[in-house]
Amino acid sequence: MLQEESDLSLIIAHIVQKLKGSSLYAQLERQAWTSLQRPEIKLESLKEDIKKFFKISGWEKKLQNAVYSELSVFPLPSHPAAPPEHLKEPLVYMRKAQGSWEKRILKSLNSMCTELSIPLARKRPVGEQKELLNKWNEMGTDEPDLSLFRPVYAPKDFLEVLINLRNPNYENGDSLSFRTHLGLIQVPLKVKDIPELKESFVELSLNTGQLGIDDSTQVPPELFENEHVRIGQKVLEEQDSAAAQQYIRQGSPTALRAELWTLILNISSQPEDILYYEQLKTNVIQHDLLVDSLIYKDVKLTASNDDYYFVFEDYLYQVLLCFSRDTSVLSHFAYNSASPPKSYIRGKLGLEEYAVFYPPNGVIPFHGFSMYVAPLCFLYHEPSKLYQIFREMYVRFFFRLHSISSHPSGIVSLCLLFETLLQTYLPQLFYHLREIGAQPLRISFKWMVRAFSGYLATDQLLLLWDRILGYNSLEILAVLAAAVFAFRAVNLMEVTSLAAAEAVLADLSTLKVMPLLQIFLFATVT
Amino acid sequence: MAGKVKWVTDIEKSVLINNFEKRGWIQVTENEDWNFYWMSVQTIRNVFSVETGYRLSDDQIVNHFPNHYELTRKDLMVKNIKRYRKELEKEGSPLAEKDENGKYLYLDFVPVTYMLPADYNLFVEEFRKSPSSTWIMKPCGKAQGKGIFLINKLSQIKKWSRDSKTSSFVSQSSKEAYVISLYISNPLLIGGRKFDLRLYVLVSTYRPLRCYMYKLGFCRFCTVKYTPSTSELDNMFVHLTNVAIQKHGDDYNHIHGGKWTVSNLRLYLESTRGKEVTSKLFDEIHWIIVQSLKAVAPVMNNDKHCFECYGYDIIIDDRLKPWLIEVNASPSLTSSTANDRILKYNLINDTLNIAVPNGEIPDCKWNKSPPKEVLGNYEILYDEELAQGDGADRELRSRPGQSLGPKGSRSRDSGRTGLTTWK
Repeated sequence: MLQEESDLSLIIAHIVQKLKGSSLYAQLERQAWTSLQRPEIKLESLKEDIKKFFKISGWEKKLQNAVYSELSVFPLPSHPAAPPEHLKEPLVYMRKAQGSWEKRILKSLNSMCTELSIPLARKRPVGEQKELLNKWNEMGTDEPDLSLFRPVYAPKDFLEVLINLRNPNYENGDSLSFRTHLGLIQVPLKVKDIPELKESFVELSLNTGQLGIDDSTQVPPELFENEHVRIGQKVLEEQDSAAAQQYIRQGSPTALRAELWTLILNISSQPEDILYYEQLKTNVIQHDLLVDSLIYKDVKLTASNDDYYFVFEDYLYQVLLCFSRDTSVLSHFAYNSASPPKSYIRGKLGLEEYAVFYPPNGVIPFHGFSMYVAPLCFLYHEPSKLYQIFREMYVRFFFRLHSISSHPSGIVSLCLLFETLLQTYLPQLFYHLREIGAQPLRISFKWMVRAFSGYLATDQLLLLWDRILGYNSLEILAVLAAAVFAFRAVNLMEVTSLAAAEAVLADLSTLKVMPLLQIFLFATVT
Repeated sequence: MAGKVKWVTDIEKSVLINNFEKRGWIQVTENEDWNFYWMSVQTIRNVFSVETGYRLSDDQIVNHFPNHYELTRKDLMVKNIKRYRKELEKEGSPLAEKDENGKYLYLDFVPVTYMLPADYNLFVEEFRKSPSSTWIMKPCGKAQGKGIFLINKLSQIKKWSRDSKTSSFVSQSSKEAYVISLYISNPLLIGGRKFDLRLYVLVSTYRPLRCYMYKLGFCRFCTVKYTPSTSELDNMFVHLTNVAIQKHGDDYNHIHGGKWTVSNLRLYLESTRGKEVTSKLFDEIHWIIVQSLKAVAPVMNNDKHCFECYGYDIIIDDRLKPWLIEVNASPSLTSSTANDRILKYNLINDTLNIAVPNGEIPDCKWNKSPPKEVLGNYEILYDEELAQGDGADRELRSRPGQSLGPKGSRSRDSGRTGLTTWK
């Protein structure tokens, strides 16, 4: 009991400290001061009266949402004496691997920089600044020469690193047993099996109504859809983050999705947020970064060619260029196994006083990065709101898809989960693919790294991301990947090469996500 | 009658020919005995012109109505709609109801349009009422965006005023006639870009009116950001969404072709604007298509050998009001992307399934009522017989709680009365 109590007080202290620095605190303080003028606030019972006032006026709800948000995002120190690296990543060998991967990326970036003789950053001349400001809403029409730029890395490079990950304390032995993992990932992390997944994802079961299944045209809306929409509207009225997160596990109605995600991610568009975005925009205008060209190139290679997202090309620049300069993103490195790359002012290499994080937000984009933003353009058309939502999605979820960690939602665990599910429940298929040199992870890796963006139809993708938010976990990506293989198993059993397997799985745009997940989890004989 | 359908076409497009061949039909030439002729608009003019005295027999079907231009020529379409509105107004139909500014409540779906040079003076009067407006000049007989330009000053169209004042009006050759319409300068923008909707509508008969709408329409986006600024009036890449024009822009992309499906549009609008206004928008789009067909039905030569697949161009403004821009008799069968090719192939396939039942030699006397199973991606848009027969709601795609409900049911009643007077 004592341990739990001290844990709880640690948690409380931690959250209080975090919230004290937030704008919500300032707002609450201001509200408390102005409430003193109200007739119902009496000096004798000041504390109680103000608390009552907060409850009625909805400010307590806002505070509740903020606390809930903190609990969801920030992992809490497992032991008061744990060093901060443990918050980033408790396992030493993973930290080391992430460190050397980062060194490689930075080296690649620096050598590109030297080869092309382009500085990592430079101040724009005034004329150029004016031009960019005029073109801010149509940067897509700019055609800078990007032929010499290459993406710093692509998902398949990252996969090679993960394949070579080994735990030095773990001795597998050379003999094959039924416990041998036949996949590419060879680290002993704990992943869930189907019974455990069924428990975690209980709201996806066959007996529970789902959007993505029970709202199809053949099903009369009175059966599920109408009631679900009504409850969604109620949740929005109450402005309750936790309730929204629970609700969205069954999917979000299209008309309510934008607001629900805003509520769950606890985004409020205060004037200072809009101002902050404008400030970032000014930073973009004034300084040119090398990563900007990488972003341009990525958008041109991916989103511009996509049937769904090409329309939003300009929004992507407006979001990603600002994102690179947003130093508030640095705070997420406290719980990210990655660390922001450091660069040095010209001529002062190695001198810590002249070190800066590069890019300012510490995130180097890779090939396909812009696809994290693209689906959000279907929901938010106001740039600063779109920006806030993306940033929050990144620091809660997406960063885990390209950093090496032992977290259950980290890409390593997702890969292992995928392979284990396939090996355990579709052993024949797994063995066959392995025999023909088509390790399944080689095909599904890119889906998971991009959270399926660009592979699924947009309406299906949004239903999938509803569940990511609802369960506050990315495990569903691995489950879906396995479900896709299960769905196409018959065709896959017939192929005889990796290329043919890729062809069978090349087009996912006709897939319906929720039935696949439901069948795989709840209707497959285990 | 046994034997395979014999087909002819003067449009060498693979989406057509592949569809004929997959049905096992036999290609013949124009001079031989043919059953099915997919012809261009020039050819249909010859077939039905008085001089040639062409008589089609019962087992021959063509893909155009003889006087389709009543709907597909910009000036005639406007003329017919204006006439239709006046008629409804005269008979006191609630459809022709106007608001306090004199604008039709339910029938105001074509931007204010005048014929030039005939209506020049009327146009000038209207222009002077709102001198900062922009107008779009379109030649009556051309397509693919050819010859279109924008004006915002009377001086830019002096030529027509000179002609109308100086010459005693002799019928102009139809090639030089223009229509001038109020330009919709507040189009709905997505991603900052202007777009229009292309929807396919199949009409199998005008009296009784039976029409189908293809579910897979698409949006065509301009490659350049929209700006109403006057300096960009000459930049056709900003203003015209025709693919024929956009294809030559610097940023034209051959993978997606600047096209979005209508279902993408729907998802985007529902997510950003809400479900009710989106449903209302789509109901209104169906409404204006049906009204436009009703407007020309009385003047159409309802030849039983004919069916027609129209390409409707619609623009949505930023208040989510749809506007009918024009109707094309010969929608392009060229495919600009792979997806496009698939769409057009399926479009022709479903069209043929409805127009030539069972793929057998046709009998033009059949009742033109195909079974539901062959509709494919088409949906019944309006079936006059059914609407009159049991009064059930067939007019708009049935959807619970449609916001056009009360208005719709009222209109159906008066629609029926309207039709009986025509009969």
